[in-house]
Amino acid sequence: MDDLIIEFLTETNESLDELDVDLVNLEQNPNDKDLLGKIFRLMHTIKGTCGFLSLPRLEKVAHHAENVLGRFRDGDLEVTPDYVTLILESIDRIKYIIGELEANGAEPDGSDADLIAKLDAVYEGKTAEAPKPAAQPERELVPGEVSLEELEAAFAAAPGPGDMAPPPAPAPKKPELAKASGNDEGSEGQKESSVSAQTLRVNVDVLENLMTMVSELVLTRNQLLQILRSNAESEFSAPLQRLNHVVSELQEGVMKTRMQPIGNAWSKLPRIIRDLSMELGKKINLEMRGQETELDRQVLEMIKDPLTHMVRNSGDHGIEPPAERVAVGKPEMGRILLNAYHEGGHIIIQISDDGKGLSLGKIKKKVLENGLATSEELDAMTPQQIQQFIFKAGFSTAEKVTSVSGRGVGMDVVRTNIEKIGGSIELSSTEGKGSTFTIKIPLTLAIVSALIVEAGAERFAIPQLSVRELVMISEHGDNRIEHIKGAPVFRLRDRLLPLVSLNNILKLEPVEAPPPEDGAEAELTRRDNNRYIVVTQVGAYEFGIIVDRVFDTEEIVVKPVATILKNMPLFSGNTILGDGSVIMILDPNGIANTTGGIEATDVQDENEGKETRLATSERKTSLLLFSVGDRAPKAVPLSLVSRLENVKIGDVEYSSGQMMVQYRGTLMPLVPFNPSVSFDGQDDMPVLVFSDKIHSMGLIVSEIIDIIEEHIDVKLGGNQPGLLGSAIINGKATDVVDVAYFLNNINENWFKDHGDQPYGEEDAQGKQRVLLVDDSAFFRNMLTPLLSVAGYEVTTLESPFEALKLCEDGETFDVIISDIEMPDMDGFEFAERVKADSNWQDIPMLALSSHATPQDVDRGLQVGFKNYVAKFDRQTLLAAISRTISESQDNQRQEKAAG
Amino acid sequence: MKQQQLDISYRSKDYLTVMIAGQRFGVPVLQVQDVLRDQRVTKIPLAPPEVAGSLNLRGRIVTAIDVRRKLGVEERKQDAERDNMSVVVEYNHELYSLIIDKVGDVLSLDDSSFEKNPGTLDPVWKDISLGIYQLDGELMVVMDVPKLLNSVHA
Repeated sequence: MDDLIIEFLTETNESLDELDVDLVNLEQNPNDKDLLGKIFRLMHTIKGTCGFLSLPRLEKVAHHAENVLGRFRDGDLEVTPDYVTLILESIDRIKYIIGELEANGAEPDGSDADLIAKLDAVYEGKTAEAPKPAAQPERELVPGEVSLEELEAAFAAAPGPGDMAPPPAPAPKKPELAKASGNDEGSEGQKESSVSAQTLRVNVDVLENLMTMVSELVLTRNQLLQILRSNAESEFSAPLQRLNHVVSELQEGVMKTRMQPIGNAWSKLPRIIRDLSMELGKKINLEMRGQETELDRQVLEMIKDPLTHMVRNSGDHGIEPPAERVAVGKPEMGRILLNAYHEGGHIIIQISDDGKGLSLGKIKKKVLENGLATSEELDAMTPQQIQQFIFKAGFSTAEKVTSVSGRGVGMDVVRTNIEKIGGSIELSSTEGKGSTFTIKIPLTLAIVSALIVEAGAERFAIPQLSVRELVMISEHGDNRIEHIKGAPVFRLRDRLLPLVSLNNILKLEPVEAPPPEDGAEAELTRRDNNRYIVVTQVGAYEFGIIVDRVFDTEEIVVKPVATILKNMPLFSGNTILGDGSVIMILDPNGIANTTGGIEATDVQDENEGKETRLATSERKTSLLLFSVGDRAPKAVPLSLVSRLENVKIGDVEYSSGQMMVQYRGTLMPLVPFNPSVSFDGQDDMPVLVFSDKIHSMGLIVSEIIDIIEEHIDVKLGGNQPGLLGSAIINGKATDVVDVAYFLNNINENWFKDHGDQPYGEEDAQGKQRVLLVDDSAFFRNMLTPLLSVAGYEVTTLESPFEALKLCEDGETFDVIISDIEMPDMDGFEFAERVKADSNWQDIPMLALSSHATPQDVDRGLQVGFKNYVAKFDRQTLLAAISRTISESQDNQRQEKAAG
Repeated sequence: MKQQQLDISYRSKDYLTVMIAGQRFGVPVLQVQDVLRDQRVTKIPLAPPEVAGSLNLRGRIVTAIDVRRKLGVEERKQDAERDNMSVVVEYNHELYSLIIDKVGDVLSLDDSSFEKNPGTLDPVWKDISLGIYQLDGELMVVMDVPKLLNSVHA
């Protein structure tokens, strides 16, 4: 039978059952407009669909019944029991025809002339005539009569139509049964149940509830089996095995009820692609394979939006316009292929296009612009690693933002959503050839398989999905943990795997207390003795978790943790194990994020680690940590440091009391951070080089400790010269160094002597005037000396309100630099006010921000900022100020000339 | 909800009395789901210090709260730990087990013996106490279970 007809039958059957009830209600509440409307609509739908499916007999009945209903609805006709009877009769007739259709795949022969005549009579208003009420003194009888006649006409041999008379609804059903049995006994049962019983609409809640119950059952079964294992002789053994099988089947069965074909999530895509190709003038062919692949509806819901987004991306960014395609020898019609299939316990979804692929050049440029990595770091990366940047927040390579994509919020959300359900996303792309995204997601989230491990005498579950492999480590030999400045790493085949110890991140006591006579070194190896590394993968990032023991894998049901424990990112939930104990489930994503904070390992891994780090926090700053003899570590923003050098003590020269060293063809002054530290007995000393265009200075320190990314929150109050204050960095109180102090301190006129002048002619007051508005005292203190040293006269203000007040007072500046994120009034609003109507509307403005998404940049330019500069990027800031002032002066000159 | 009803409409209330560090406390009896003897508790690393761990109560996961630690009284001695008992309460559809020293009788107490918290009460205690009942020869602090649980946060 045609699929359409089957669907029609299922739906109509459902609606007709409802209609019976509705009509009875209507009889009692004849004036219920809503009800009438509903009945009318249903009849109308049947009529329309029948016409479409070419079911003439059904269509006719429905049509005439609809006419009558129309008159009810319009209020021309009063609803009386007789009329309701008549409508019920029509419905019965429809049911009968449908029953036949269901059984035989075709409408039965016969005529509905009598019924139609009655309906028409009512419709045409010959209704008041008595005959019908007279002929139908008993409501039940009428349908019976008709049914009888009908049946006699249709199949004379039917056994007892008369018996079927009384209740209208079941009447037509039974003859159908009778007929079917008469026809072919063999397939009767199936046929009868074929359509209406084939599908059943069940509330999702019921299924969810069922799933929960089954989950509990699975857990209980696991518990029973565990008990059984220790009592092999038990008489429960046989029934428990049986129970085991039944529960497994039940679990599978219930899972199946929640399964939906992935095609459901794709149904909107052809339309989206069609609209997209119209809008962008592209030709795109969307090919979908494996629509019937089934997965859990919960998972399906979660990937629906990411998929839509990615297909859109493929169409928008991937596929080129036809002309471009032809030019590179591709067919005009672009192709996007969606493919879904099962693999192991996973479902794999691939989205590939034959478009232009990812442009490494563009990604690199964008990475540099957004400050996600330095060009040195980029050079060290493989193309694959560079491509991974598209999964970062605020990243979009589309040159212009279309209505479709390019807003830079996308791939990171896609990745987050997919990882949230324990999936992963991979990307491979060849420039010019196209890109393929491969999404791997678990079939279901309700019951997952987990690896049970032990650390610090506690057991934990790690979802099996993220476990790649297990490695046993031993004290000696190849399988041992190595340390780089305390950070454990492991050589896994040809790669260095960063490691985290579960004991450490969970702050657990190691089980074996090392004997007191052992040295620290011995203790370290001892603790590492006979442990395991769980190689874990989150997205493309691989790391190892050091655990004390590894047990079995077990099927677990993830239960949410209690509300008071919600803020613990390392756990995704808890569950009850087979032995009845409660166990915490580790969240590999959460652990991966903590590894970002752990010292970086080799370059490659560091970059991968950064990915995670950057994704979680954008506002962190790279800091260089160093020490200068005393215990408190010092920190300086890495972007201010040009280079790290080791200067040989023997190379140091003195000129008018100033330490100097020949550096890159010029003399570079050296300043010891702490003059009391001696370098006796050392050959060289570490020096931080700060450069400004052509000249540099070196700051001598004792030791360079590390480079880390941290959110700096400087607690001001350091009254020691050269320090801005202290901050907690890496868990330690750290002094933040005031670089400008040292720059200034070398020699008041040192910079001047080298002719470093800000751009432009000095005006009457002598210097270019800069207004700096930033709520953070740290940045004000940092930038003020910098700008002063560069030759500007700087006024700093804490809030835009103060600035606007200065504006009213008639102060004037050559350039205004404003922070974006400020309380009360942000930089955008400040710029809008300045540009809207003030004495300052002609003063160029620069935006200063610690993080800039493309949207921010756009918005900044819109509200009147000339440029957008990252905080800490001194070079760019100075260049931007200089350029901005020069442009504005040029403009003024031109205006003067024109005027 | 239940507790509110109690507050308004009953003249006397029922409390399960428990002992913590020598002080008698009362837990409104309608909030009590269960009383447990020593249970195997799974420790939860990184959890707030008051959280002793979680345990399995007939297939439901119960978060155990060490009331002594919450109240800021010293821990029980190691050897006494064995006879710890706990009172299971339900709050926001989640089960919590309050680890206390000993469970006493259920008392039905008349409103007339109820007093507000004395102003000098330890602020931590004041936060989790609804008031004081004067019993024969001793005082009983009425435990505000929702507040107690709310004050524990990761």
